[in-house]
Amino acid sequence: MLLPGALVTFLLILFALGLVLFLAFRGNDGSLLGAGFTVANFVTVVSDPLYWTVTLRSLVIAAVVTLATVVTAYPVAYYLAFHAGRRRGLLLFLVTLPFWTSYLLRVFAWKIVLAYNGVLNSALIESGIWSEPTLAFLNTPAAVVVTLAHAYAPFAILPIYVALDTIPKSLIEAASDLGARPFTSFRRVVLPNSMPGVLAAALVVFVPTVGDYVTPALVGGPASTMIGTLIQAEFGKANDWPFGAALSVAVMLVILCVVLVARFTDRRFGSRT
Amino acid sequence: MQGGGRWLGVYVVAYLVFLYLPVLLIPLFSINNSIQAAFPLQGFTLQWYATLFGNSALSGALLNSLVIGAIAATGATLCGITVSYMDLYGRSPLAATISAIARLPILIPGVIVGISLLILVNLIGLGPSRVAIVLGHILVALPTTVVIMRSRFAAIPKTIREAALDLGASDWTTFRRVMLPLSLPAIVSAFMLAFLISFDEFIVVFFLAGTEPTLPLYIWSQLRFPKSLPTVMALGTSILAVSFVIAAIAEILRHRGLSAPAPRPADPSQPKQTERGELQWHST
Repeated sequence: MLLPGALVTFLLILFALGLVLFLAFRGNDGSLLGAGFTVANFVTVVSDPLYWTVTLRSLVIAAVVTLATVVTAYPVAYYLAFHAGRRRGLLLFLVTLPFWTSYLLRVFAWKIVLAYNGVLNSALIESGIWSEPTLAFLNTPAAVVVTLAHAYAPFAILPIYVALDTIPKSLIEAASDLGARPFTSFRRVVLPNSMPGVLAAALVVFVPTVGDYVTPALVGGPASTMIGTLIQAEFGKANDWPFGAALSVAVMLVILCVVLVARFTDRRFGSRT
Repeated sequence: MQGGGRWLGVYVVAYLVFLYLPVLLIPLFSINNSIQAAFPLQGFTLQWYATLFGNSALSGALLNSLVIGAIAATGATLCGITVSYMDLYGRSPLAATISAIARLPILIPGVIVGISLLILVNLIGLGPSRVAIVLGHILVALPTTVVIMRSRFAAIPKTIREAALDLGASDWTTFRRVMLPLSLPAIVSAFMLAFLISFDEFIVVFFLAGTEPTLPLYIWSQLRFPKSLPTVMALGTSILAVSFVIAAIAEILRHRGLSAPAPRPADPSQPKQTERGELQWHST
């Protein structure tokens, strides 16, 4: 019974990732697995300022998206856990539903909202706030942030809700019995206890956003090229697979660092409870 | 506390509006009698839905997506069942390792999953093809099916399995006659979610598709032409409606499955709280 799982995990995940690592150390001669052993790809990744700029931009965009998603999702998760009552099931369904609509179309919907002749511009002109439509919305990093924060919202709500829901109510009652005001008991009891959920939420938002190439392509414009866009280009138009593999390895290393920091923070908060 | 709850309620409503407003623009403009997606609306029409029929590129892509989705969901569900069952009851370090690796794709951005599989399928001689897409989608859906099946198996009281074993059933018979029927709702819901994931997936399929596109690839190719936008929105609305029905059925089935036997306290072998977070968001 281990066979199907073993095949998929070892061949499709471990072996395929191993191939990427192997290819990252090869020179590009147009063949599938490249030629020779070289670290030139990594030297380029580290020395060319373009890759620093784009990697940094991807990290900043992903970090802002993660922060925005988690901060705006927290009150919703809080309401679900403590105030929703009988409406909880329906609300959970409503929150997860947009997640099951086509990702491409959700991103594209924002293009309709933000475009030159789009919904936001026509609304602003209709209401007399603006006299001319503006190009300032679409094709900016801000457009990428809003679109991604919208697309990944349900991912953030659910882990936080689960963490809040598993806090024993007696802990909160004890805090208020001992004289803590609602805000103090939130800050000292509820928030620390929900940190594992917050970190899980941050991770499931951060990882896909940092490598996204669809959203920058549709609403981002040239000023918001992300690292996923570059990787995709190396395996497409640029046709330098070994270099694309090296970029991928670099991205995974960055994600590994973020995951380790998250695990470390988690342990610190975990020991407090 | 009560007043705070009311303000939170207002916030939740505003949040839901933010969540739904852009999505609802798609059905709105799909019945708007204008090529441009802009206000004011130009009047009601169903002509864009009419353009969906008799479009051979579209129906080909739809058929592709359905077939690939069904096969990939079958594969991912099969792997999800066996991986999580062996993880919980196999008591071998190999099974636990496989289960951990199976959930790893959550931590890999889709673009890297796509390129690693592109290298792999080229190496084994498949090349970009429908088989390659199926492999890719099994991988993308695997964490979801493993998490759903694992929490389902963990919720079945241990005593039921022990009773079957005590009465002389072999491991295989216990699995087939006791554990599988008890987890049937979760299996159906895992299959449906895996199907939806495959049906909507774009980032990985972009690298693995040969000459025959799936539906998201078809939509992507049409997004470049302003003229075909209303058709894309009519298509998007239809997908939205079908996804809504499937997601609702999956949700109802899962709840029915969970409420059937008495839930057991948390599985002691479940390791970390972060893991529990990930575990639950998939299954909620």
